[in-house]
Amino acid sequence: MSQGRFVRLAERDRSPIHITIDGTRVQAMEGDTLMVAMLTAGGTLRQSEFTDGNRAGFCLMGACQDCWVWTDSGHRLRACSTIAEDGMSVTTSQPGASWANHG
Amino acid sequence: MGQPRVIIVGAGPAGVRAAETIVAAGLTPIVIDEGRRAGGQIYRRQPENFRRAYTDLYGTEAPRAKSVHDGFDALRDRIDYRAETLVWNIADGHVWTASGTAQEAIPYDALILCTGATDRLMPMAGWDLPGTYSLGGSQVALKAQAVSIGSQVVFLGTGPLLYLVSSQYIKAGAKVAAVLDTSSFTARITALPDLLALPSVLWNGIALTRAIKAAGVPLLTGVTPVAISGDARTGVTGVTVRLGDGSERHFAADAVAMGYHLRPETQLADLARCTFAFDELTRQYLPVRDPDGRADAPTPLYLAGDGARVLGARSAEASGKLAALAALSDLGQPVDQGAIIMLRREVGRYGRFARGLAKAFPWPHQQAAALSDDTILCRCECVTVGDVRRTMDVTGAAETNRTKAFSRVGMGRCQGRYCGHAAAEVIAAHGEFPVADAGRLRGQAPVKPLPIAIGEAE
Repeated sequence: MSQGRFVRLAERDRSPIHITIDGTRVQAMEGDTLMVAMLTAGGTLRQSEFTDGNRAGFCLMGACQDCWVWTDSGHRLRACSTIAEDGMSVTTSQPGASWANHG
Repeated sequence: MGQPRVIIVGAGPAGVRAAETIVAAGLTPIVIDEGRRAGGQIYRRQPENFRRAYTDLYGTEAPRAKSVHDGFDALRDRIDYRAETLVWNIADGHVWTASGTAQEAIPYDALILCTGATDRLMPMAGWDLPGTYSLGGSQVALKAQAVSIGSQVVFLGTGPLLYLVSSQYIKAGAKVAAVLDTSSFTARITALPDLLALPSVLWNGIALTRAIKAAGVPLLTGVTPVAISGDARTGVTGVTVRLGDGSERHFAADAVAMGYHLRPETQLADLARCTFAFDELTRQYLPVRDPDGRADAPTPLYLAGDGARVLGARSAEASGKLAALAALSDLGQPVDQGAIIMLRREVGRYGRFARGLAKAFPWPHQQAAALSDDTILCRCECVTVGDVRRTMDVTGAAETNRTKAFSRVGMGRCQGRYCGHAAAEVIAAHGEFPVADAGRLRGQAPVKPLPIAIGEAE
């Protein structure tokens, strides 16, 4: 899904910023959380390490930990509670982390 | 001797009012909050560069939200405020905090926990698909970020939040495909006597229902969830429910917001060794405390707001003040007994109303027995309902912590927040015993994941 999952309903006149997701540069807005920046540009946040499916967050309040993404240096970020900053670069898959337990 | 150290965890309506009360007594509390800005979840603030008005964000509760925010801002220089700080353990009379990679252990003379609540969830087929969100999460998206979780959203579950958030989405211009309530309309009639404890809140709820219908959005009650359909890679494509007459209806959607009321965040109370007791009406274990919020625990512990019992934001303000007054009184500080009596009466009214809500919008525990074996129970690690049933059959484990040890249900990154209650119901239904006998998942430190690079603060 190249289209965004989240739909902006208001506050559309903020300053633009740019972040890089898996090597692709996308536009977001100042004040966006990393999650909103990523999900207005695309459909998912990460691959689940237990199935072949993708995930796009769940609770948006720092409780479920479903929205982990990684910086290029391997540092883990919780996308729902991290503010997106201009120039930020993230990856959506944790290298080597896959433990399929069904099928 | 210095002044007693009062620590308040949480800066939502309960925490802010507790802090105000402690400051009014001339003390300087430490207020620790995970949020970037005070307000909690229900009165969550938008970022500084957003411009929407209070009435757009909080509707009928705008004056209360503003009052809580203004109240906190006025305290700012009179408290030791630790924003973006996690309390990850409580042990030996110390609160253990983590902020970034710095950690600290702070002793307390009184600890007031205002930890709030998260959504109470019942699993269903497809709830792990991208595009499924908790109801509270869908509200955070709108309130804090001015986005809808999708271009066509189904709201599914039960409770006042179902009506509040779906009507907020409609008002903000989002496309709502349907509002689907598992509770029957007749349950609402039965609950009326208790709901009349707060006639204005009841009226607000009725007005929300009317607004949803007036917008032409399908609003169905008494539904049974069947499945969220979609693709594991690209996400949700629709929701199917069964109606009272046995027929099924499908609603096309690219997002689902689901929740069955809220559940208190009690892990810290648990780590502080508070006693818990089973609540028959809501079918869950809750921390034991007296009417003023004094917990049954070995150190001076006080519980307020939805983190103790889900009674709503208005009650949280009152119980926050009450818990602070109880702490002050126990610390030998003079307190206004008249104020305590008034606050007890207020909290009592909210308690009666909450009982009404629990009857009107019951936790649909019977769904657990009907879940198919291949339904994912633990979203974190894809542990299925069948995994838990088979674990019970093979090992004889019949208690949630024991079943967790064998199957890992409740051991994932959310630590059982979103599967724990449902797991207990699955275990009880499969073992054919009361859910109280399935026990409750014990809180474990750290209550949320910590970075490995963590070290001592300077």
